[in-house]
Amino acid sequence: MADIHMSAAEAAQIKTSARHGWLLSLPALVVLAAAAVGPLLIVVVYSFLEAGKHGNVVGNFSTDGWRGILWTKDIFTDSYVLADAHLTIFWRSIKLSFLTTMTTFVVGFPTAWFIATRPPKARALWLFLITIPFWTNLLIRTYAINEVIRAEGLLNLALMKVGVISEPLKLIYTDIAVFVGMTYVYLPLMVLPLFAAIDRFDLRLLEAGYDLYASRWQVLRRIVLPIVKPGIIAGSILVFVPSLGAYVTPRVLGGGKQMMIGNLIELQFLAGKNWPLGAALSMTLLVVVTIALLFYVRAANGEKSHG
Amino acid sequence: MTAKNAIEARNVVKAFGQGDTAVRALDDVSVEIRQGEFFTLLGPSGCGKTTLLRLIAGFEMPTDGLILLDGQDITYLPPNKRPVNTVFQSYALFPHLTVAQNISFGLEMMGKPRAEIAARTEKMLALVKLEAMAGRKTSQLSGGQQQRVALARALAPQPKVLLLDEPLSALDLKLRQAMQIELKRLQQETGITFVFVTHDQEEALTMSDRIGVMSNGKLQQVGTAKEIYTTPKNRFVASFIGETNFLAAKADGTKARLASGDVVDLAVPVSGDVTLTVRPEQVRLASANEPGALPATITNLVYFGTDTHVHLALSDGTEVTARVQSPATGDAGLEKGAKAAIRFAPGAVQVVGD
Repeated sequence: MADIHMSAAEAAQIKTSARHGWLLSLPALVVLAAAAVGPLLIVVVYSFLEAGKHGNVVGNFSTDGWRGILWTKDIFTDSYVLADAHLTIFWRSIKLSFLTTMTTFVVGFPTAWFIATRPPKARALWLFLITIPFWTNLLIRTYAINEVIRAEGLLNLALMKVGVISEPLKLIYTDIAVFVGMTYVYLPLMVLPLFAAIDRFDLRLLEAGYDLYASRWQVLRRIVLPIVKPGIIAGSILVFVPSLGAYVTPRVLGGGKQMMIGNLIELQFLAGKNWPLGAALSMTLLVVVTIALLFYVRAANGEKSHG
Repeated sequence: MTAKNAIEARNVVKAFGQGDTAVRALDDVSVEIRQGEFFTLLGPSGCGKTTLLRLIAGFEMPTDGLILLDGQDITYLPPNKRPVNTVFQSYALFPHLTVAQNISFGLEMMGKPRAEIAARTEKMLALVKLEAMAGRKTSQLSGGQQQRVALARALAPQPKVLLLDEPLSALDLKLRQAMQIELKRLQQETGITFVFVTHDQEEALTMSDRIGVMSNGKLQQVGTAKEIYTTPKNRFVASFIGETNFLAAKADGTKARLASGDVVDLAVPVSGDVTLTVRPEQVRLASANEPGALPATITNLVYFGTDTHVHLALSDGTEVTARVQSPATGDAGLEKGAKAAIRFAPGAVQVVGD
């Protein structure tokens, strides 16, 4: 009897605490407001202000920042002309991010498959090796790539030694260099979610597929890929989003000439002293990424229900 | 060459590992499975029955020997080129596909025309009574329903042979018994050769046309349920299928003298030191003055509902179990420690090898 009485009292207590449960999430809400919503609002506000002469902003409303994304003011005629340099940079960012995502998937999928199908002990070792690059600063890793692909770098020396080429390949400070660097840097971000998905994959389904007359390719396309799709989506997002906003890699390997959106934004805040344009560009990047994600996830889910 | 063989294994050896540590999962197994029969491979876990099934399916290649399908050598043919389908122990249903998509998968991979795939899928859904579930994901089904999807998926491409790897082991008793009848019905309706793997002797006895009993990578005996139960070839077969009594004896023609000094009749004449086996239900309680009755003492009584197991000791202490039908009152009128006499039913005493 005593037990039943106790649990009734406890139940009442639980009910009361459920009513005030939202209080528990208050700290999280505060952090979210302070860390995410607040700064974002500041960026939005800055994008609608006038640029100060020496950076920063002055408190007058202006759409120059937003207009500056696509048009530049010609200082001689005072008319607006299309900012084709910006368009080139946008296009390069999207193109390189897309290529990086594709390549990390093509390279990362067999890697993740290999790791997920090892015995548990070996698997832990391989995963450990995959995460090792994270221990080193991004800048240092990027300079390491620089060392490999620059004109007098290891790659060119090796190729010339073997006699494949007679003159050093011009790789550094090209789109290719940026692409190679980003692929290297973001590869683990593709491998890890793919590994998690493949690890959950029931390998017996492969036999079921072969048993039902599917070829290896059909098993991969009709069984494996649809089932590990959540991992593919997660990996693609983890690679595509930071690729689009990449800053260090294009800076070091693109040599300041092969700029991406991240570098353009930096330019506006520092050398360009045009904070509203920088803020507007940042917002544009955010919107583009959000839209891309929505499309991607929807397309992926739509295909799933279609089968 | 009278009845055609659907599957034939010839001197099949399958070794796992290398050199001294190699384990022979199959040790020179030869078996002929006839067209249209329900053949069961029965044995304890690790006896090699699943390995043999996987060789027939093509998931593994034998170390030595041949596998023939309809007289054609298919030993090294990959699984997707064999007209053989499998019902997996874990079902291995495709979780991203609906019930209907699972069933039509094999037909699609074979490149059948759309109309045929649709018609055949419908037919299969009806066969396993899952028409109402066609659009569901397999994770939304119960264990028994998943089992039926696995069956329909494997039967849809109309294989020459259907392999079933302990497909009922995950189901509870009631469902398992229902599925046993269901499987038998499907086999008779489709006329497809079924090769069924199980460790459950009751399953094997009730469903099979013929049973192959396996242990230690070897096929111990092949025969109908009746043959295997009434005339087991060796000690393993006798003890694995049903319960039995073993008695050491010295035989001379159709008479055999037990260690207790009692003499029993044999069905088949032999001579020398032999092991005899007699099923508990073939042991009868007799009156002491009946000719041929063996004196014994009741050591224990175990009530099983329909039957009562009477444990007895012969004059030298040899243990014999008799299975008698329980009377209406449930009380056999027997007492522990009481003197009794037993007789073996005519023809029930069999000689078994080791």
